[in-house]
Amino acid sequence: MSAAPLLELRNLSTHYVSARGTRVVRAVDEVSLTLEAGSTLGIVGESGSGKSTLALTILRLLPPAAHITGGEILFEGDDLRTKSDVEMRRIRGKRIAMILQDPMASLNPLFTVGDQVAEPLRVHEGVGRAGAWSRAKDLLKSVRISAPESRVGEYPHQMSGGMRQRIVGAIAISCAPRLLIADEPTTSLDLTIQAQYLNLLRDLQRQHELALIFITHNLGIVAKMCDQVAVMYAGRLVEWGPVTRIFDAPAHPYTQALLGSIPRMGADARERLTAIEGQPPDLAAPPSGCAFHPRCPHVMAQCREQAPPETVLAPRHTTRCWLSVPAPAR
Amino acid sequence: MNGSRAATLPIARRLSSFRSDGFPMIPVSILALLIFVAVFANVLAPHDPEVGSLGERFRPPVWQQGGSEKFLLGSDHLGRDVLSRLIFGARVSIVVGFTAVLVAGVLGTGLGILSGYLGGWVDQVIMRLTDAWLALPALTFAIFLAAVVGPSEMNIVIILGSVYWTRYARVIRGEVLSLKERDFVRLAIVAGCSKRTIMKRHILPNVLNSAIVLGTLMLGVVVVTEAALSFLGVGVPPPKPAWGLMLADGKKGMMAGYWWLTVLPGCCIMFMVLSANLLGDWLRVKLDPQLRQL
Amino acid sequence: MKRYILKRVGFAGISLVLLSVTIFLLVRLTGDPTVLLVEPGASQADMEAIRQQFGLDRPIWVQYGHFVSSLVRGDLGHSFYYRTPVLELYLSRLPSSLMLAAAAMAFSLVIGIPTGIIAAVRVNQWWDSAGKVFALLGLSLPSFWVGLLLILFFSVYLGWLPSSGSGTAAHLVMPAFALGWYFAAAHMRLTRSSMLDVLGSEYVKLARLKGLPEALVIGKHAFKNALIPVLTLAGINLVIMVNVAVVVETVFAWPGIGRLLYEGIAFRDFPVVQATVILNGAMVVVVSLLVDILYAVIDPRIRLAR
Repeated sequence: MSAAPLLELRNLSTHYVSARGTRVVRAVDEVSLTLEAGSTLGIVGESGSGKSTLALTILRLLPPAAHITGGEILFEGDDLRTKSDVEMRRIRGKRIAMILQDPMASLNPLFTVGDQVAEPLRVHEGVGRAGAWSRAKDLLKSVRISAPESRVGEYPHQMSGGMRQRIVGAIAISCAPRLLIADEPTTSLDLTIQAQYLNLLRDLQRQHELALIFITHNLGIVAKMCDQVAVMYAGRLVEWGPVTRIFDAPAHPYTQALLGSIPRMGADARERLTAIEGQPPDLAAPPSGCAFHPRCPHVMAQCREQAPPETVLAPRHTTRCWLSVPAPAR
Repeated sequence: MNGSRAATLPIARRLSSFRSDGFPMIPVSILALLIFVAVFANVLAPHDPEVGSLGERFRPPVWQQGGSEKFLLGSDHLGRDVLSRLIFGARVSIVVGFTAVLVAGVLGTGLGILSGYLGGWVDQVIMRLTDAWLALPALTFAIFLAAVVGPSEMNIVIILGSVYWTRYARVIRGEVLSLKERDFVRLAIVAGCSKRTIMKRHILPNVLNSAIVLGTLMLGVVVVTEAALSFLGVGVPPPKPAWGLMLADGKKGMMAGYWWLTVLPGCCIMFMVLSANLLGDWLRVKLDPQLRQL
Repeated sequence: MKRYILKRVGFAGISLVLLSVTIFLLVRLTGDPTVLLVEPGASQADMEAIRQQFGLDRPIWVQYGHFVSSLVRGDLGHSFYYRTPVLELYLSRLPSSLMLAAAAMAFSLVIGIPTGIIAAVRVNQWWDSAGKVFALLGLSLPSFWVGLLLILFFSVYLGWLPSSGSGTAAHLVMPAFALGWYFAAAHMRLTRSSMLDVLGSEYVKLARLKGLPEALVIGKHAFKNALIPVLTLAGINLVIMVNVAVVVETVFAWPGIGRLLYEGIAFRDFPVVQATVILNGAMVVVVSLLVDILYAVIDPRIRLAR
C-alpha cells in the first residue's frame, strides 16, 4: 500500500531457558504481524499465552532467563534486535512507551507524581528542572486530571486508582512516542472508570497520532478500541487480522470459541455459552503439532502431528490452522 | 514384593534426594562429631579437664617448641590439658545449647500456639509480655538473670530458655494465625473438635517445621550467648570447662603470646555456630520457602 | 502522622511500665533480694537496715510503688564499690559507649550497605557469593573472640595498636571493628534482600521502560526504597550494639556502660547491675520510639496520612 508500517514483527521468537538449560519454554513462537502508524492492535489470549512477553520482547526488556531466539523487530524500518543497550534506552520511553497493569505498583511511592512525570523529559529531552515541572503540569492536564497545579506535588498514595493510571498514561506520552503499548491497563480499575480511561486513550491517540497496542483478555475492549486483533495461544499467533472481519467470521477454532463464549444481550437465555474444553497448555511441554488440538472441536489427525503453517487468508489476515490450509492441487 | 526391600526403597530415595538438594554434609558432620565427642568425652579426653599440674603451665601445642606429647594442644595457666578441656567443653556447649533451645522452643511454641489460636485477651497478654521481654536485649537480660539467681549449668539453661522463647512465640503465632484460616482447621471446628484437640493434632504438627528451622538457627545464637556469659564469669562456673570460660582464662596469657588458649576454644565455638547456621539455612529453604523472612 | 506518633508513644510507655514490672518481679521472686541488695560481707544488722529501707517485708505492691517512685526520682541506688549513685556512674560512662557504638555502626553501614547493593545488583555472581560467605562469617563469629584475635594479632604480634583503654583513635579501631563486624554482616544481608525485592518491583520495571539510564534506576528509584528497612534496623541495632558491647568493652577494657555492667557482676555490686539493666532497657524503648518517628518523617505515606 502506502508508507512502510510503523512496526513489523517477522517470525519473532522468545524462549525462556531454565538455569540448567534443561527446560525451554517457548513463550513467543514465530509471531509475525504489522502495525500502521496511528492504528490500534489488540492482542488477546489467556494468561500465559505470551502476550506480555511479546510486549517486553519488542522493548527488549526481558528478564535474564529469556532470550530472543529468532526473527526481526522492525520499528520505523530499523531492526531493534541490532540496537545496542544505549540505543534501546533512547527508544524506550521516547519513541515506544508502555503502560503496565497495576498503577499503584508502577509508581514509586517515595517520589512525587510531578517528579516521575518529569523524569522522561529530563532524561530524553534534556529539559531543565523548572521546565520539566511545568510541562508535567501540562501533561497532567492533558490526561484530564483536575487541579494539576496542586496534584503535581502529591504522592501516588494520595490519589485514586483511576488517577494513578492517568499519571502512568501521562508518563507514557510525555515524550510524544509513536507507539504506546498498554498491558491490561484497565484490568485493575473500577468498571465505571474503565470507559473513561479508554476514551482518554482514544483521544490521546488521535491528538498525538499514536499507534496503540492493547494487550487484554477482554474482547469487548478489542471490539471498541481496536482496528486489528491478534489472537495468541501458547505463544503462537493463531489468528491476526481486521477486527470487523474476525469478529464476523473467525477462521481459527480458538477465536471462534472465544467469541462464542461471550454472553450476549438479547440472545436466547436458554442457549448455552460455548465453554472451551480442557486446560491451557503447559508451555514447557506443549502438545505435539498444533498446541490447540487437545481442545479443538474440529481436530483432525494432521493437527496432532504437525504444527500448522501460517496461512494468508486475505491481505493482513493470517491464521495458523490446518482447516484453513487450501487442499493441495492434484 | 520382598518386604524388606520395599522398606528400604523409600528411605534410599529420600536420602538421595537430600544429597542432590545440596545437603550440607560438612556442617552436619561437624555437629555429629561434636555430639559424639560430647557423649564420649570421658573416653576420648586424655586427661582430667579440671585437674592441672602446676609444673606444666602454659605449655604450647605439640608442634611448637616447648610442647610435649602429653599435652597435644598445650596447657593453660593452671597446667590443665587444653585438648581435654576442649573435649569436655564440647559436652557443655552441646548440652547447654540443645537443652536451652529445647526449653525455649517448647515454651515459645506453646505460647505462640495459644496466643495465635485462642486470640482475645490471652493473645494480648502474651504479646505484651513478648514485647516487654524483647525490649531487653537478650545478653543484658541473661546477665541480669544470672546475677540474680547465681550461675550454674542448670541455671544457665533455664536463663537462656527464658530469654529466647520470645523469638519462637512471635513467629509461631504468625504461622498459627494463617493456619487458622485454612480449610482443614475450619473443618475440624465444624466437626466439633475441642480447641485443645485442634491445637494438638492440627496446628502443632504444622508449625513444627518452623519450630525446627528456628531451633537450628537459635542454636548458634544460644551457644554464642552462653560463651559470652561464661566469658564474663556469669555462665558455667569454674572449674568446669566451658569454651567461653577458656577464652576468659586465655586472655590472661594472651599478652605473653600464648595464642593457643585464645584461638583454639574460639575455633570450636566458630565451627559449632557455623555448622548450626548452615544447617539452619538449608533447612529453612528445604522445609518451607515461606520462612525466608526468618 | 500525629495519630501514628501518639500511638507509638503510648506503646513506649506501656513497654517501660512492663520493663519495670519485669525487673522488679524477677528480683523479688527468683533471688533473695535482701542478699542482693546488701553489700557482700554485711552483718545481720545491716541486712535488717536494708530490709527496712526497701520495705522488703511490706506487701508487694507497696514495694513496687516504692520502686517506681525511686526510679522516677532518678534514684537508682548506690554502688557498693564506687560509693556513688549509680545513675551518675552510668551517665558518666555513657558517652564512651555511644562513641564506640557510633564508630561500630558507621563501620557496619559503610561496609554493609554497599556490599549488599552490589550483591543484589550482581545477584548469583561472584560478588554475591563472596558476600554470602562474608555474611555467614560475620553472623557466626562471636564478637568478643574477634576482639581477642585482633588483640593477639595487632597488639601482641605486630604491636601496632594498643590492647586496652581509650583516648585516641588507635584505641577505637579494634573495638569498633570487633563490635561492628556482626552488624556489618546483618546489614549486608538485609540490604541485599531489600534491594532484590525493590529491583523486582513494578515501579523499577516502569523506570526501565521509561528509558532511564541504569545508574538512575538503581541510584534513585531502587536505592531510597531499599534503604528504608535497613535504616530502621540500623536504628534499633545501635541500641543493641550498646548492649552487646558489654563483652567487647570487657575485652578491651573500654570504659563504657558495658564494662560498668561487667564490674557490677565481678564485684557483686548488685545496684549497679540492676540499674544498668533498667537504663539499658529504657534506652531500647526510647530509641525504638525515635526510630519509629524518624520513619514517619521519611516515608511520605505515613507523613501525609491523618
